[in-house]
Amino acid sequence: MSARACVVCLCVALVALIFVPVFAPGVAPVSAQGFAGLGTSAEGFALPTPGKRFSFPADHGAHNDFRIEWWYVTANLQAADGTRYGVQWTLFRSALATGDADGWANPQVWMGHAAITTPDRHHVAERFARGGIGQAGVTAQPFDAWIDAWRMTSRAAATADALSSLDLKAAGADFAFELKLDADRPLVAHGDGGYSVKSDQGQASYYYSQPFYRVAGELTLPGGAVAVTGQAWLDREWSSQPLSANQVGWDWFSLHFDGGEKLMGFRLRDGAAGFTSGTWISADGAAEPLAKGSITVTPLSTAVVAKRSLPVRWRIEVPSKSVDITTQVLNENAWMATAFPYWEGPISFVGTKPGRGYLEMTGYMPIADR
Amino acid sequence: MKTTLAALLSHWRRHPVQLATLLFGLSLATALWSAVQAINDEARASYARAAQTLGQDRLATLVRKDGSRIDQAVYVALRRAGWLVSPVLEGDKRFGEHRLRIFGIDPLTAPPQAQAVDVAETGALLNFVAPPGIFYAAGEAKTKLTGQTSTPVRVIETIPPGVIITDIGQAQMLLDARLQVSRLLLWPEQSPHRTPLSEIAPDLIERAPDEAGDLARLTDSFHLNLTAFGFLAFAVGLFIVHSAVGLAFEQRRPMFRTLRALGVSARSLMAVIVVELLSFAIVAGLVGVALGYALAALLLPDVAATLRGLYGASVPGAIIIRPQTWALGMAIAVVGTLISAAQGLLGVWRLPLLASAQPRAWAQASRQTIAWQLIAAAALFVAALLIARFGSGLTAGFVLLASLLLGAALALPAILMAGLSVGGALSKSAMSQWFWADARQQLPGLSLALTAMLLALAANIGVGTMVSSFRATFVGWIDQRLASELYVGTRDDAEAAAVRAWLVSRSDAVLPIWNVDGEVAGQRAAIFGIADHATYRDNWPMLQAAPDVWAKVARGDGALINEQLSRRKALNLGDAIALPGGYLTRIVGVYSDYGNPNAQVIIGVNTLTQLFPAVSRLRYAIRVAPEKVQRLADDLRTTFGIPEQNIIDQTAAKNLSLQTFERTFKVTGALNVLTLGVAALAMFASLLTLAGMRLPQMAPVWAMGITRRRLAAMELARSLVLAVLTAIAALPLGLGLAWILLAIVNVEAFGWRLPIHYFPGEWLRLALLSVAATALAAALPAWRLSRLAPSELLKVFANER
Amino acid sequence: MLLDVRQLKKSFVTAEGPIAVLNGVDLHLDRGVSLALTGESGSGKSTLLHLVAGLDRPDFGEILVDGKDLTTLDDAGLAAFRRETVALVFQQFNLIPSLDVAANIAFHARLAGRDDPEWQRSLADRLGLAGILRRYPEQLSGGQQQRVAIGRALAGRPRLILADEPTGNLDEATGDTVLDVMLSLVAETGAALLMATHSQRLAGRLGRRLHLHAGRFES
Repeated sequence: MSARACVVCLCVALVALIFVPVFAPGVAPVSAQGFAGLGTSAEGFALPTPGKRFSFPADHGAHNDFRIEWWYVTANLQAADGTRYGVQWTLFRSALATGDADGWANPQVWMGHAAITTPDRHHVAERFARGGIGQAGVTAQPFDAWIDAWRMTSRAAATADALSSLDLKAAGADFAFELKLDADRPLVAHGDGGYSVKSDQGQASYYYSQPFYRVAGELTLPGGAVAVTGQAWLDREWSSQPLSANQVGWDWFSLHFDGGEKLMGFRLRDGAAGFTSGTWISADGAAEPLAKGSITVTPLSTAVVAKRSLPVRWRIEVPSKSVDITTQVLNENAWMATAFPYWEGPISFVGTKPGRGYLEMTGYMPIADR
Repeated sequence: MKTTLAALLSHWRRHPVQLATLLFGLSLATALWSAVQAINDEARASYARAAQTLGQDRLATLVRKDGSRIDQAVYVALRRAGWLVSPVLEGDKRFGEHRLRIFGIDPLTAPPQAQAVDVAETGALLNFVAPPGIFYAAGEAKTKLTGQTSTPVRVIETIPPGVIITDIGQAQMLLDARLQVSRLLLWPEQSPHRTPLSEIAPDLIERAPDEAGDLARLTDSFHLNLTAFGFLAFAVGLFIVHSAVGLAFEQRRPMFRTLRALGVSARSLMAVIVVELLSFAIVAGLVGVALGYALAALLLPDVAATLRGLYGASVPGAIIIRPQTWALGMAIAVVGTLISAAQGLLGVWRLPLLASAQPRAWAQASRQTIAWQLIAAAALFVAALLIARFGSGLTAGFVLLASLLLGAALALPAILMAGLSVGGALSKSAMSQWFWADARQQLPGLSLALTAMLLALAANIGVGTMVSSFRATFVGWIDQRLASELYVGTRDDAEAAAVRAWLVSRSDAVLPIWNVDGEVAGQRAAIFGIADHATYRDNWPMLQAAPDVWAKVARGDGALINEQLSRRKALNLGDAIALPGGYLTRIVGVYSDYGNPNAQVIIGVNTLTQLFPAVSRLRYAIRVAPEKVQRLADDLRTTFGIPEQNIIDQTAAKNLSLQTFERTFKVTGALNVLTLGVAALAMFASLLTLAGMRLPQMAPVWAMGITRRRLAAMELARSLVLAVLTAIAALPLGLGLAWILLAIVNVEAFGWRLPIHYFPGEWLRLALLSVAATALAAALPAWRLSRLAPSELLKVFANER
Repeated sequence: MLLDVRQLKKSFVTAEGPIAVLNGVDLHLDRGVSLALTGESGSGKSTLLHLVAGLDRPDFGEILVDGKDLTTLDDAGLAAFRRETVALVFQQFNLIPSLDVAANIAFHARLAGRDDPEWQRSLADRLGLAGILRRYPEQLSGGQQQRVAIGRALAGRPRLILADEPTGNLDEATGDTVLDVMLSLVAETGAALLMATHSQRLAGRLGRRLHLHAGRFES
């Protein structure tokens, strides 16, 4: 599973600990071990099975019989003056229990993360909401995903895929963005037709993406509004038991090559060799799962961010696709200081196939706690 | 230094009673003071907790302008418009015999400042939000919930007493408020990109954080009262210490002189005495604070009942030991000791090395003192008159109280002196002349103790008159107010309808008691709908009423308001008031509503149901012949299965109200009695001191042929005469006090004014009590005198004295 | 015979055990006679006076005044005796501080039921107190106070006056003046006077003198 899946696992972990951040700000919410061990047992929730065929637009909506789910957009943007920006918009769904109940008793908990990364600032906001009262949710048709005033809405033509054209907006205390996303290529299913394996023990999720968005819109920053353009990537994933017990964190990459190809790759860290996986997407949208061991990610140098030593330069090798690149983060401090903290930010890379993308790193423990 | 101290301390070994008096007086004074402080601290801490509940003291809120509840849809609309708000539903719910306050919250959106419960270690969010949910409450509330709910209760002691915190979904069910919230907590940091409030919810307004909390304000006067009592008790206690220390100084005068003659400097002698006094202060202070806690623990349940009854404030029934109470108690013990000993210390400082042959010129000096005191007293009385005439507010009330008490205390010696002079002028025989003359002589030594007695007695008369007046008014009022024979609370609308239909043929009338809560003139208020019925026309306790008041109310042409609302907001007959929802009406009557902390409005029941169609229609008053009450109540229970506590008859309701009332003033009574007791002790200590010093005055009379027994009897009589004169002086002072309490302090503190009633029997009882206390205090010194060995008296005549 | 003291013994209990103060004293005094008791400090002069005044009780012996034995009287009887028969003048004056001069002079006489304002006025005149009758003791000099005390003693016309170092607290000149007026007034009323003094000079002014030593009279 993509490492961002694991961010959502956090959401599950939160079920036990959600009040920590809400009621006791400043208390370190979760240790890496804490969330690695959670979400591994399904307790009456549905489980992903191989051979799934996605059915749209229904599968764009929520799957409440699965424990966790998310709608996850990252965008690499650029202003007219050449300044580069990263934008993240995420809606997580986490079920406290199976079944549906009306109103406040509804077991769905929704969590939103939004961020803008600039070369020298990183703006973050998060939102929580209870399902059942209309404060947050996702409808498949017409496609609308929201939490509070944050929203991802389809404006696709009736004949097109609902996710091919999206309006995306969010606002925090010191930032806001409104973006238009348009894709002209199909959705991409990861793994075995959307069945994405996360561990040797068989943990898996349903996972598809739309990596081909062209983006135009406006960022509102403390210095004023900035018109931006660029590209974006949307992930859709849902599962009930996304991690195995020994997996402590992950490093996840979504890469836009200048040549039009895309690469999704991740490494789940387990204290041993780890579990790596990925998908090669050609410029026309054809997806090719990367066999186990065919992608290698290697940390090159670290920086101390939020008291953690995080790799900020990576070497990524996919020999079968002649990929041998070195990535560099736009801003080291792209730290998501949310209830479940992690690093998520834009990167660029040079080497055999240069381009831009997004990096997510989770499960790194604070130095003092080691 | 050590030697000097040993010499000084040897005195106490030979005078253990004196030492005991000193330590006891100081401990007692400290105890009463500390007890009051501990009670106040406890109450204030609980108000602070209440104010902090869900961050109300730090967070602004959005509320409806009319004070009614907010639609949940409005909450969602605000969130979706970018507002960072979190819903709170608040309301009272009865569990068995106890009424508890429920706070429903949404932990997912609550701002960090609203951290009422730290659920992190106690369990999953799921258990909190999914039925039956979880109640978080203090241990006291948990006890009240025992057997009353199937919801698990988890104890968090920082939650204010009487408060349950639970999920908002649970709260909506418990309070029967589906899709409603009371208010919205505003996160301090809001996104600048949110839509203006006026576009989404124009009927909401932002209310600033309430730092102090309503309770702290409401109860201020009550605690000021307690503090005043505590201070009075402490001052009275100091009189005891003063007497004991004074005696010790007097008796050790020769020793001081010898020590000085042996080369101990005045400075180091003072230092040693101060060390000695401080060690006593510390010992007595420790005992006193400990005693204070015990006393506070004893009194707190009643104080808590009072605060609940009068202000709706929940205060726990248990005392927590606080370091600041200890520190303050010790400090006050030390300061009190030094104040009490100041006169004696000054005497040591100025002590001439050689004894003066001249006895101290008491009378001369004291006559001047009395004159100056009288002038000061007159000034204070004039000030009091001016305040009474032109002042307003609680502070003025207390300043008035203080001026009056202080003035009376200062004037007392002059009054007593005048009384004794009259006695002297009327007396014929040598002995009776001597009796009065000597009483005058004795006065300066006793005036402090007598002042203590005056203040204690006046406080007793004043507070007693206030309480008794209140009781008399209250009893009459409750007869009017609870005019119906039976009160029944049904459990749902269907049962209500069935009960009403059933009662038609079985009762004389069924009167609805329906009400909604809301905000009127900025006050939390209950709005009742009242039927047009003789029960109200004949009985309702009106203070002011327009002509045809009941017809007007029935037609929807006006509203009645309670005295509290009238006084707090200066609303009178003919003024317009707006009810929740914006309905404007006119005030056609003001009625008394004792014991209710909140504002109340009465309108016609039809108007109520038109304005608030959703009003809960469950409670009824039933008119029925008194002899049928029991039968009807039983039938109601068996026919409908209505629980015992939902049906209450008039007698039971009255008893309950009166019980609450009595409990409310139990503390006042206890403090009163204690103060009087302390005053009697002060008297005892003073008399004991004087007994030693008066020997030279008694001996010549004895030598001239008066038996010791007769002298003792005269000593006793003299104390009693002084006590009687003091009691006579205390009466007008006490009545003045009562007037201030009833006409000024009560109005400010509770919002109602009561007529004063006079209880001469009570005054006589108190006067006799204080005279008896004095007799008791004077008995030991008198008994000792009657048994004094002649050799002791002869020492007075010894040549080398 | 006015006063007849026989075999009087009195001892006091002290920390070191009983000390015999009077060790078998005999004394006779007729009406109108003045007798000086001399002796060192602690020789028992004051104790003898106190016993004769009915202020204390002897351990052994008889005190007959006008033939009545004081040792047989109860407290009330002794009090009546002190009221009606004797009067005392102390070294410390021991006036009643709460009463003015006039009331102090009248006090004992009124207790004895022999209030005689005329006599009191004349006493005050003779004692030089006429101008200060409304003053209180604390406003008086020592000499004035002692004159008040003498007036008080004489106002009730007692048969026996007991004076214990009456001039002990006064300077010599004042003492002499006070003693003069006392002696002449005592003589005038015909009362007997028993005066304790350590001064041989003063003792010489009285009719008789007895010297007390170690609890016995020495001639």
